[in-house]
Amino acid sequence: MSRVLDKLTEKVTSRRRFLADALRGACGAGVAGLLLGLLATQGRARPAEALRPPGALPEPDFLGACVRCGLCVRDCPYDTLRLAELGEAVTLGTPYFVAREVPCEMCEDIPCRAACPTGALDPELETIEDARMGVAVLVGQETCLNLLGLRCDVCYRVCPLIDEAITLEREHNERTGAHARFVPTVHSDACTGCGKCEKACVLEAAAIKVLPRDLALGELGHHYRLGWEEKEKRGESLVPDIIDLPDRLPEHLPEHLQEWKP
Amino acid sequence: MTAKAHPGRDALQAKGWLAAYKWLLLRRASQLGFLGLFLLGPWAGIWIVEGTLISSDTLDILPLSDPYALLQSLAAGQVPALTAVLGGAIVLAVYALIGGRVYCAWVCPINPVTDAAHWLRSRLALPKGWQPKRATRYWVLVMTLLVSALTGVLAWELVNPITMLHRGLLFGLGFAWTVVAAVFLFDLVVSRQGWCGHLCPVGAFYGLVGRFSLLRVKAARRRDCDDCMDCFAVCPEPQVITPALKGAAQGFGPVILLPDCTNCGRCIDVCSRDVFRFAARFSQAEETAPATEESKAAA
Repeated sequence: MSRVLDKLTEKVTSRRRFLADALRGACGAGVAGLLLGLLATQGRARPAEALRPPGALPEPDFLGACVRCGLCVRDCPYDTLRLAELGEAVTLGTPYFVAREVPCEMCEDIPCRAACPTGALDPELETIEDARMGVAVLVGQETCLNLLGLRCDVCYRVCPLIDEAITLEREHNERTGAHARFVPTVHSDACTGCGKCEKACVLEAAAIKVLPRDLALGELGHHYRLGWEEKEKRGESLVPDIIDLPDRLPEHLPEHLQEWKP
Repeated sequence: MTAKAHPGRDALQAKGWLAAYKWLLLRRASQLGFLGLFLLGPWAGIWIVEGTLISSDTLDILPLSDPYALLQSLAAGQVPALTAVLGGAIVLAVYALIGGRVYCAWVCPINPVTDAAHWLRSRLALPKGWQPKRATRYWVLVMTLLVSALTGVLAWELVNPITMLHRGLLFGLGFAWTVVAAVFLFDLVVSRQGWCGHLCPVGAFYGLVGRFSLLRVKAARRRDCDDCMDCFAVCPEPQVITPALKGAAQGFGPVILLPDCTNCGRCIDVCSRDVFRFAARFSQAEETAPATEESKAAA
């Protein structure tokens, strides 16, 4: 009888010990996991000046798809790309570049994307002009030499997609009243975010900067329709037979309007 | 079990220096060789291997990828492209055959760091300190996959000292040396063989990969064992030795079958009686040393 009891006690204690060990392991790993989770969540925030290589998936997908191998960095012929080191604000080991330091030279064959083994740089990106690494924004509205009325034009001249991604729009110079201003104007449907404009800007701090597209671009309400476009599509006004109501004027018109007839 | 400060002295006397350090030397050569292959590119401009341990490209032909990193990527909800999957499959197949934790002992750049800590620890005769269960690493493994799934980020790659060191040597270290130093100090002061033997999920993963590997260490001449305990003192996973070496009565064969064994071969080196050797998984035959008076008496 006592042997049976011994066996039973042994079984119970060993089961109890097993459960205690398992619980301890699970809780220990759980605490570590909590810290790791916090680290992962904070790692999602990326400084605006850190741009991803061409074809990079949207950031949340990229962080799960990129294995931090560095093959894209190796195959970048201009040493544009680098891997985030420990202590930097970019997620450890992921590739990025800073346009003001070394911009993307927009290689025709996109070697970085070709080197990516995992597809974190989208294999479906076939022409570099379709890359959207960011979008240039003329942030220095008070410092841009062209906006001050001079003819710098450097950002416009260096743009690989000159007259598509950046155009110079002529405006009246209100300050002098007699001259024109040539306003560098970025077109987000063509800008790849290569950063050559930001690199080339002659100012101490660039007046034109490449920013992440989700940060820089506005977005229309999805239900918005532009009247003039709809009109063109349809070939006529969408609102036919507008009732032309009489203009109501003050009964006693000032003298200089006496002659005026609507 | 008390760890000896100088295990392997008997072997040194019995077999000579080269035979007593054979597998250790080969292993260091292998670790240096793999690191060197990667370093040749950035340091000497000879591009045989590009990338890092986590995904590489050899001579533009052979893609290799770390299946554990791909698993985290999958957990994070991303399906890796074909090149990475192919590279991962090759790595899986090789380690499934030769022993998963061969990666730990023969390739991993953190292994020399923790080996150095272990060596110094035994010289200083430090107590073994905090010893969490060896199964803790499996919990850590599961945790990293869970965190990857919940955050969409490759979780272990945020802190993995292996890739941090390797990538650091190839691309720029940053503050990664602090993490490597932390692992060294952890193993030296806090926990004997704590990192590789108890916590690292990469080792846990590769242990599972090599669960049924063909190449194993075998205590072929276990009848010749003189209980000097040197193999236990040098083994990074001493629990794997016991059944193969001492379990004859309980019906255990002489082949080390536990997946924690790293196939480092250090037990072969330090045994003055040549009890151990590498063997195929299914070779169960026991051997005896060329007959000496002692072995006859033991038999």
